[in-house]
Amino acid sequence: MLSPETEIQIIASVTAVACALPGVYLVLRRMALISDAITHSILFGIVVAYFFTKELNSPWLIVAAAATGVLTAALSEALSNTRLVYRDAAIGLVFPVLFSIAIILISRFAGNVHIDTDSVILGELALAPFDRFMVHGNDLGPISLWVMGCILAVNAAALVVFHKELKLATFDAGLATALGFSPILLHYGLMTLVSVTAVGAFEAVGSILVVALMIVPPATAYLLTDRLSRMILWSAGISVAGAIGGFWLAWKLDASIAGCIAAVQGLLFAAAHLCAPNRGLLAMLMRRQRQALEFAQKMLAIHLLNHENKPEAEIENSVAHLDQHLRWKRDFVKRVVARSERQGLVIEADGRLTLTESGRQLAQESLVA
Amino acid sequence: MILWDKVAELAGNHTLQTVAMGSAALGIVSGVLGAFAVLRKQSLLGDAMSHAALPGIALIFLLTGSKAPLMLVLGAALSGWLGILLIMLIVNTTRIKSDSALGIIMSVFFGTGLVLLTFIQKRPDASQAGLDRFLFGQAAALLRSDVVTIAALGGVALAMVSILWKEFKLLSFDRDFGATLGYPMAFLDVLLTSFVVLAVVLGLQTVGVVLMSALIVAPAAAARQWTDRLGTMVLLSGLIGAVSGTTGAVISSAADRLPTGPMVVLMASLIVAVSLLMAPRRGLVWAWLRHRANNQRLCLETVLEDLCELAQQHTDPGHGHSEKMLKAISPGAGDIGRSLRELEERGWVKQTSPGHWAITEAGLREIPEIQTRYFGRDREATA
Repeated sequence: MLSPETEIQIIASVTAVACALPGVYLVLRRMALISDAITHSILFGIVVAYFFTKELNSPWLIVAAAATGVLTAALSEALSNTRLVYRDAAIGLVFPVLFSIAIILISRFAGNVHIDTDSVILGELALAPFDRFMVHGNDLGPISLWVMGCILAVNAAALVVFHKELKLATFDAGLATALGFSPILLHYGLMTLVSVTAVGAFEAVGSILVVALMIVPPATAYLLTDRLSRMILWSAGISVAGAIGGFWLAWKLDASIAGCIAAVQGLLFAAAHLCAPNRGLLAMLMRRQRQALEFAQKMLAIHLLNHENKPEAEIENSVAHLDQHLRWKRDFVKRVVARSERQGLVIEADGRLTLTESGRQLAQESLVA
Repeated sequence: MILWDKVAELAGNHTLQTVAMGSAALGIVSGVLGAFAVLRKQSLLGDAMSHAALPGIALIFLLTGSKAPLMLVLGAALSGWLGILLIMLIVNTTRIKSDSALGIIMSVFFGTGLVLLTFIQKRPDASQAGLDRFLFGQAAALLRSDVVTIAALGGVALAMVSILWKEFKLLSFDRDFGATLGYPMAFLDVLLTSFVVLAVVLGLQTVGVVLMSALIVAPAAAARQWTDRLGTMVLLSGLIGAVSGTTGAVISSAADRLPTGPMVVLMASLIVAVSLLMAPRRGLVWAWLRHRANNQRLCLETVLEDLCELAQQHTDPGHGHSEKMLKAISPGAGDIGRSLRELEERGWVKQTSPGHWAITEAGLREIPEIQTRYFGRDREATA
């Protein structure tokens, strides 16, 4: 028997990975916001199914919700195919309609429907362990863990089986079509996975956290690697780290778990954005500075080569005058000269610079190139 | 008469007046600014901004304890604005596209807002009541002061749009050209986007986080169908926003338990649907009718041309050719029999014997015009 805290962390981690897997493709296929649309419009499916079944635990609610998710994607697609509105506007038109109808239905029949819109949007992970899966009186663990575990297994299986097809359709849709794969089938397959995952996850974590779990870890991973397989693994790892980190933050602050998980995912993204090895802001800054210095060194070498062994070399090639001839700031001159000296490109004597053999070679190569 | 009484009763209702005025003012502001957002492919910006506003609202409340609409709008606008800047930073410095950047900012900001909300709920004074309005919207609770806030701030934004009309037009259609003319396009971009943020946060307490985005997108998408001119589109979009705001508010007050926000969104969506279907030139119905008429004409003219060709190749121009042969020549020309009967009615073909047809003198006179239409004047000249 696990403690509720451990169970919450396991549920959060499983949910996070289940969301991150299809999320990778949403991010790569530039459809991130369809997850937002789907998580909102599934409320419509739940309400409609409830009116037919009259019970909140019926599996039909999940089926109807997932179908509404796919419907949302299909309607948006159909609307943007008329070319009367852009694709983003099509998404922004479809889901509010479904959401509005759902809210009106709930309000009109509030007396006999116990669907709490707050919990749909916000979710409450802390309550997840109290809903147990009982078989013949045996406690088999929280229901949501079973639900999300199954969805995780389905997502993982689908991504493994269709890895090649999804990869091709994502990076080269034209080639995929030419080779006989159906991008439309793959698209709706992916939309089905996203819908089912959103339905399973939103009960536990709320619709906005579903968006956070689907988009943020894959986007973070996108900054860390250029390989699809590694991006999927990184996304899974990051989403688990965010889920567990978020849980402990919520524990310390005594605040909403879903909110804290989203916040920690955001912090992880910010960290990657700042510090990612190749694509991070710091790495970019350092690379630009290095490139500026390297370019300046070439300019210096060419300048020295130009005036080498000429009468004006006395003035042109003296360190004190470089700032005027190359129009650099004095301390930049110092840095460039020091770096060039360290690398053995120039030698300084009596305030005058002379090229070494490798410095001359660099200047000549730069001129030719 | 009963209906009239109802309308009179509603018109005299003070609460309804306030709600309708607030919704109308909001509709105008979000309609006008939404027109720019939609044209610039930033339709979902409203969605992201309404979510990103939450931590600002919560933080202002935590710090000041004030629920004055102006303070909360200020907090919402600041955090929405910070979100916009971060989205621009992500899009400009990484390869992450704008859709993912929007998704990241809205979900992370909203999550952070939820964390702050849990702190508010723990405050002993229980003064948090009313903050929910910003989450789910509650138009019925609009006060005169809220309407004044919406009208005043919205008015400032609209005035700025009319002052900077030329610049915003350039920004929406040809940003690079604007930059070459020396306009500060990056600054104008931030400014116009900030006005969208303002429109979004003004609407939060009326229609709520989820549905506010629809008020940005729907009026503009509807207005776009009726015109190709920016000025007309912006005015029309504002008008559609106002109409959906007012009718939504009136309908929701006419029945019990009919929330205003969703009703306004449904009204706006209804106008979108009508516009998509019926707008002149762009409307789907007209496009379908046009397509059908073209198709029919094409079928008729194909059959007529085939008969003309056959007449020229035959020694006797009046010789009848079988319907089956015509079908074999142009299998894709639809129902040949129907086309033939239609042509016969116009007197362009005649039936020589059952199932056999020939082109008439009147039909031959139509041929040059048809050929000019399909092949241009050159072909006619050389033929």
